[in-house]
Amino acid sequence: MPEKTMVEAIHDAMFEEMKRDDRVIVMGEDVGEGGVFRATEGFVAEFGEDRCMDTPLAESCIVGAAIGASLNGIIPIAEIQFADFSHPAFDQIVSEAARLHYRSNGTWSCPIVVRTPYGSGIHGGPYHSQSIEAFYAHVPGLKVICVASPYDAKGLLKSAIRDPNPVIFLEHKKAYRAFRQDIPDEDYTIPIGQAETKREGTDISLITYGMMTHHSLKAAETVEQENGASVEVIDLRTVSPWDKERVLESVRKTGKALIVYEDNITGGFGAEVAATIAQDAFEYLDGPVTRVASPDVPISPYSGILEEYILPNPEKIAEAIRKLAAY
Amino acid sequence: MVSVKEIQGAAGLSGDQLLDIYYKMLLARTVGQRERMLNRMGKGPFAVTGEGHEATQVGTAFPLKPGYDWVVPYYRDIGVALTIGQSPRDLLLAHLSRADDISSSGRNMPSHFSDPHLRIVSGSAPVATHLPHGAGIALASKLRGLDEVTIVYTGDGGTSTGDCHEAMNFAGVHKLAVIFVIENNQYAISVPTRKQFAVEDVSTRAEGYGFPGVTVDGNDVLAVYAAAKDAIERARRGDGATLIEAKTYRLVPHTSDDDDRRYRSREEVEQWTARDPLVRYRGWLKEYNVADERKLDGLHEQAAREVDEATEEAENAPTPKPESALTHVFVED
Amino acid sequence: MTAIKEAIKTHGLTEKQLLQMLEKMLLARALSVRQRILQRMGKGPMTFSGEGHEAAQVGSAFALRPGVDWVFPYYRDVAVAVTIGMTPVDILRGFFARRDDINSGGRNMPSHFSHLGLRIVSGSAPIATQLPHAVGAALAAKLRKLDEIAVGYSGDGSTSTGDWHESMNFAGVQRLPVIFVCEHNNYAISVPWRKQAAIENVSIRAQGYGFPGVSVDGNDVLAVYGAMSEAVKRVRAGEGPTLIEAKTYRLMPHSSDDDDRRYRTREEVEAWSAKDSVAAFPHQLKELGVLDDNAEKEINDRVNHEVDAATDQVEQEPQPEAPTALRHVFVEKERS
Repeated sequence: MPEKTMVEAIHDAMFEEMKRDDRVIVMGEDVGEGGVFRATEGFVAEFGEDRCMDTPLAESCIVGAAIGASLNGIIPIAEIQFADFSHPAFDQIVSEAARLHYRSNGTWSCPIVVRTPYGSGIHGGPYHSQSIEAFYAHVPGLKVICVASPYDAKGLLKSAIRDPNPVIFLEHKKAYRAFRQDIPDEDYTIPIGQAETKREGTDISLITYGMMTHHSLKAAETVEQENGASVEVIDLRTVSPWDKERVLESVRKTGKALIVYEDNITGGFGAEVAATIAQDAFEYLDGPVTRVASPDVPISPYSGILEEYILPNPEKIAEAIRKLAAY
Repeated sequence: MVSVKEIQGAAGLSGDQLLDIYYKMLLARTVGQRERMLNRMGKGPFAVTGEGHEATQVGTAFPLKPGYDWVVPYYRDIGVALTIGQSPRDLLLAHLSRADDISSSGRNMPSHFSDPHLRIVSGSAPVATHLPHGAGIALASKLRGLDEVTIVYTGDGGTSTGDCHEAMNFAGVHKLAVIFVIENNQYAISVPTRKQFAVEDVSTRAEGYGFPGVTVDGNDVLAVYAAAKDAIERARRGDGATLIEAKTYRLVPHTSDDDDRRYRSREEVEQWTARDPLVRYRGWLKEYNVADERKLDGLHEQAAREVDEATEEAENAPTPKPESALTHVFVED
Repeated sequence: MTAIKEAIKTHGLTEKQLLQMLEKMLLARALSVRQRILQRMGKGPMTFSGEGHEAAQVGSAFALRPGVDWVFPYYRDVAVAVTIGMTPVDILRGFFARRDDINSGGRNMPSHFSHLGLRIVSGSAPIATQLPHAVGAALAAKLRKLDEIAVGYSGDGSTSTGDWHESMNFAGVQRLPVIFVCEHNNYAISVPWRKQAAIENVSIRAQGYGFPGVSVDGNDVLAVYGAMSEAVKRVRAGEGPTLIEAKTYRLMPHSSDDDDRRYRTREEVEAWSAKDSVAAFPHQLKELGVLDDNAEKEINDRVNHEVDAATDQVEQEPQPEAPTALRHVFVEKERS
């Protein structure tokens, strides 16, 4: 089995889907030359400029045209160069893509994927670092996925492309090249809405997603080696719809829940997880449902010193684990 | 001996002014090169510079009144920032994200120019979002009865955005004292202009907003100056907006994260390097006896010294305190 | 008079087609009027009249192929909807928010036309968001090498939006089979055109996107039909988009929630009423000998009867069942 980075896995997912189904196209800025992260490297040579299409610099129209094309027999993957640039397309995503099927009473549907690099930790400054999943997880009619691992990315992107609903596919850019994983040669998909227990444990359920999964695994390892607290790490992978059952099952086992997310703490998606656990697993809890997240400050300042101060990291997560374990 | 002012193309500028223009262009070039070098040395994670754009940037900024007129640049506008009055030290403090960086104290990426005293307005990275800001500033000037002029800059890619359209339309309806400068360098990262718009000169769109559009050789600093001067005077006397499209070329990749060999040939880059606006203007200055070789070389040395000093200062300047990351989310009463 | 004869000859319109156009205009008018009355009677909370726009809408839609070409209307386009083939029952079910409403099952506001078989695509209320969709449908047609045209309809207010600009630009760059029809009625609710843009004719903007723009008398149904036919020819010859600006006037307020006395004079409204295409066109047809008083009465009677029957029928029809509010958030079946 070949080892791939996440961006390679994403590249392969799209490439394979485009070969499998000639209705699939990718459109966005700079995708023709391979994309600023090389996710579409070689696509024009293989599929031509019509199926790997450079668009003008116009995010609202990129998404809007993707919606329109999806009505007429095309399966578009709309690439937004950075999640921070998606906001001009917010109306098209929220008022149009998310609502089209519902408002037409099931008549029209919109099988698009909007994929974009998100997340912090690469000296991107306030406009190449934002987390946007909370905005979209809040909207009925959208599916929202956050990946930070090659294997997950490939399987979930394929599912997203095959899904008849609009999917917002968020790729943590810090994870693009940071890890390699064995990727099967055969076609595989991962169901949307399925979390994965990436580490089993008995004392604390740590629920997370994105790059924080990796930081949480490190923190769990550290704490276990130090003083033996056993942390179960669940990577949601899909933020909306999220795998409530998996999470609640874990909390019923451990009695303690720690939710870790990179986004600003207030109103970040982890708050929804926390509220659900507090309500649906109340009788099993032996400690307060706790969150580790960035403070309510624009994510993230460019200076490495400031960025590091803001973001959750393995040390901060380990500290929170220890505190909750001791409760 | 013909007075400098009488030289065709000198646009009424004095000898000192002509040389000042040259120096600003030189400084912009030198700062840009220095930032890219610092990035390659691992001292600054990111560099976005404007080599090739100097004539457009200095030529348009030169007729403005610094600290009175409003400047809303984009991230390539080193030449604009320096012409309006920022120093190499200012820019290098930002490049190295130092605490005393006036643009953002290390919070924004480098080349996101901002200076309240010089009325250079802080911007973001998403393209053209600052164009409506420019229109809004000009609206305020109008409502307050002031003859301030606002100048807004973006690239060819910026013209495809909804924000660009909405800002220009608004400026036209309200006859605002705002100048839109499109630095058309033929690429939006890798996307060539033929995939960006279906016209040759994007300046022709100005007609659709009810104000004039001007196309100018963006590598001819005095032609740019003349066009900008006209537009600024127009705006100042209350006749409204102008769109200036300056045709130029980016001699370097988009940013330090871009490999431009993937989308343009070395031949093309060389062709445009041969039209380097600095070299061209230097030739003009000599031809019209504004300065000789020795004087011009002296300016190069001066610029190099200035940038060296600024680099040293910036490298030795303190970094921001970590906990300062939490401040200024809101205006603190 | 000769101009009309010329127009008819040039566009190869038969007498039958002329009468069809008239009937569509009258039907649309009747539906607008009926909905206004019903709304005032408290039978439905909301209506958007298309009165005044009939020539612009029928003239343009008549040049299209229902069920083949893709139509992206806005909320004033009742005459577009009926020309493409929606029935009075279809329209009134939207007004009454009935369970069997084909537009949206009562979920969307009235006049948010949608019909799968006729390729009228469901729209929203934010302005101009449907234009990128039209561009996308046209893009798909081009990629799939299909002989299909997409048409994006919107008003003068829409021309100020980012979506309008981005759509036009993308369509021009890709030379897409899409036509933009701007129903320029001089007002975006209360905001007059001079506050919307600093130019007279928005059609001049098309050249900035690399394709032609044409302004036409939107109250002259044949002039509109002519412009649209030209645009259709261009598209099918692979020459790309056209922007058609149909200058017209909205005889009624923006919606049932609007009081237009607050921003325009009765004199102005009356002056435009005198140019009402629904009155002018029958007159023209009579002069041509295509219509006489009897035939006109017959058409009017038929139209009124249809609208009456539809109203009676739909008023009796069931409302949606409340729990169905939870359905169709996501597609409930696998994609093929």
